[in-house]
Amino acid sequence: MTTTTKGPIEGYIVTTPSSTRDGDTVTIDAQSVYYRQVNEATRAAFADGAKHVVLNHVNGQRYIGTGIKGKDLKITVNGTPGQDMAMLMDGPTLEVFGNAQDGVGNTMNAGKVIIHGDAGDVLGYGMRGGKVFINGDVGYRVGIHMKAYEGLRPIMVAGGKARDFFGEYMAGGLLILLGMNSRLEGPLVGGYVGTGMHGGAIYLRGEVEPWQCGKEVGVFAASEDDIADIKPVLAEYCEAMGMDLDEVLSEPFTKLIPVSHRPYGKLYTYM
Amino acid sequence: MTFEPLLERMPTSRPAPMRDQSGLLGERPSYSSEADFKIHGGCGLMGICDESGTLMSGVEAIKAMAVQRDRGNGLGGGYAGYGIYPEFPDHYCFHMMYHDLKAKEDAEAVFDKYFVIDLAEPMPTRAVKGISDAPLLWRYFLQPDPHKFENAEISADDYIVHAVMLINSSVDGAFVASSGKNMGAFKGVGFPEEIGHYYLLEEYEGHTWTGHNRFPTNTPGWWGGAHPFTLLDWSIVHNGEISSYGINSRYLEAFGYKCTLGTDTEVAAYLFDLLLRRHKLPLELACKALASPLWTEIDRMPEEEAAVYRSLRAVYGPAMLNGPFAIVLGFNGGMVALNDRIKLRPLVAARQGTKIMVASEESAMREVLDAPDQVWAPKAGEPVIARVKGMEWPIHGDLHLSASEVSCAVTGAHDSCETVEVG
Repeated sequence: MTTTTKGPIEGYIVTTPSSTRDGDTVTIDAQSVYYRQVNEATRAAFADGAKHVVLNHVNGQRYIGTGIKGKDLKITVNGTPGQDMAMLMDGPTLEVFGNAQDGVGNTMNAGKVIIHGDAGDVLGYGMRGGKVFINGDVGYRVGIHMKAYEGLRPIMVAGGKARDFFGEYMAGGLLILLGMNSRLEGPLVGGYVGTGMHGGAIYLRGEVEPWQCGKEVGVFAASEDDIADIKPVLAEYCEAMGMDLDEVLSEPFTKLIPVSHRPYGKLYTYM
Repeated sequence: MTFEPLLERMPTSRPAPMRDQSGLLGERPSYSSEADFKIHGGCGLMGICDESGTLMSGVEAIKAMAVQRDRGNGLGGGYAGYGIYPEFPDHYCFHMMYHDLKAKEDAEAVFDKYFVIDLAEPMPTRAVKGISDAPLLWRYFLQPDPHKFENAEISADDYIVHAVMLINSSVDGAFVASSGKNMGAFKGVGFPEEIGHYYLLEEYEGHTWTGHNRFPTNTPGWWGGAHPFTLLDWSIVHNGEISSYGINSRYLEAFGYKCTLGTDTEVAAYLFDLLLRRHKLPLELACKALASPLWTEIDRMPEEEAAVYRSLRAVYGPAMLNGPFAIVLGFNGGMVALNDRIKLRPLVAARQGTKIMVASEESAMREVLDAPDQVWAPKAGEPVIARVKGMEWPIHGDLHLSASEVSCAVTGAHDSCETVEVG
């Protein structure tokens, strides 16, 4: 293990973190270690055959789980992971015991992120596959430009409330907001919901006022067929969060879908 | 007698470029040749205030910035601390940056002319790897010269503001980093933890600290361009870009502010001085003037409230900060953090006991607070406010006002509006 001297008031230490291995599980102490070394140690553990990496004392380290490929891999984060967690992630399950910051699941391809806390802004930006489950509240611009591609359908479920621009420019996938585990005052979701939306579907457990929605969405009461469609997703979410599916389904849902798949077609192209 | 005639006799910009006579500093371009540009911020920030007035070491601010290291790129870091000079609580403290010895001489001529200086000394610093090309850094504890001040027939604060504008606009190579009582700004080119280490922040204790990590996007990083930007004891750290800089600066010029530093954040510091100190707007209203509700939001308000906000946007349109921003305003008495109205820059807040903290990232607060009672993401355009108990609150009015109270404050009908007179 190489260690550089820590100055009296430095932040992160550039050093290989200490780790222990128990069978398929590698536990890494990320306390004050710079993100590059934490992520290098994570990748090295998987390269060495580990199936589960536990990161303890995480605080602010960026890019955790970023670019990691492999269906049967798992990362557990204890603490507060930094920006762009699970960016471009392709397969693993990443579970966070704490709050996540901004940019979770950026351009994520496959796998599952479970956050037992709140998450920040631009959550699931350009996400193209996989699932992101958040127990609590989420910030601004959540699900911005999520997209579906061939067999891939990104899914995000947030248990709390969301701020403005929920599902902005959404191009595909499924975005569900429950409003149940919230610490926020005010409405279920902010304004500009689905502004510029041209694909996918948004489900809200509750109602929205017309002013909250972008011009590009149509608002409907979710039908029985709709509920049947999202029920397996909600069941999986409830299992991950230890919630009761019947309670989740005890309130009516609102469905938002785009009125056009090319809302700006006339704006940018010759007719 | 007004202050203006005095100003006309002050030194004006001298032939450029000036060279350091001692030879110690080497060749430098003149200040003016570097400074003629607009500076945008990228950045990370923090603010912490202990509402009980308990003092905290500057190390707490450094820790919060160090964990956000990658928000900047080493081209700017800085801090403001409050309550740090208890031995000089009633003196204005000028933290100065000098390009060379001539700039120092010229600025000191201004001090000698208008102030009584009780202590002048170099800023204590230590050699730190990563910090180079520092300007000459001095600090002065001073008070207005009684005779000049009496003749000027303005408030002591306005006298200081004039002096700051005078130095920044006419003494080439001299830059006022801060000018308030019992506070100071510590800033420069480097990562914030390096800058904090350079200025020996561990030796200062304050009830309120703000910090900044710069990622200059359009212009080179330079010492004066690091945050915080200050005037009197107002200090601003800012993440974002004030796209309305042009109209804001022209508006401020009409009130005697000179935007000479070629920066966008500078206008935010002066706007708060104008709105809070001179126009005595309640805080809530000043924040709504700078981060105005959208017209569509105003249309959904109850009529009484909507009328207030329509008036506010009409009167203070040129003061509105357009563009993405998260800012922390520090001052003697507390701290206010504010986002732009659609949250285009991150801001997270936490409370632990009497401490209120804000930062660009939650991890910064987890680094400083061992067990926060509450962590939350403030809503766009709604200020997070910390107020130090027992200290004079420099802001007119209560923290949160009803629409009718705001209306009273705007119209200035004080006889029927006693609720807005607090502290």
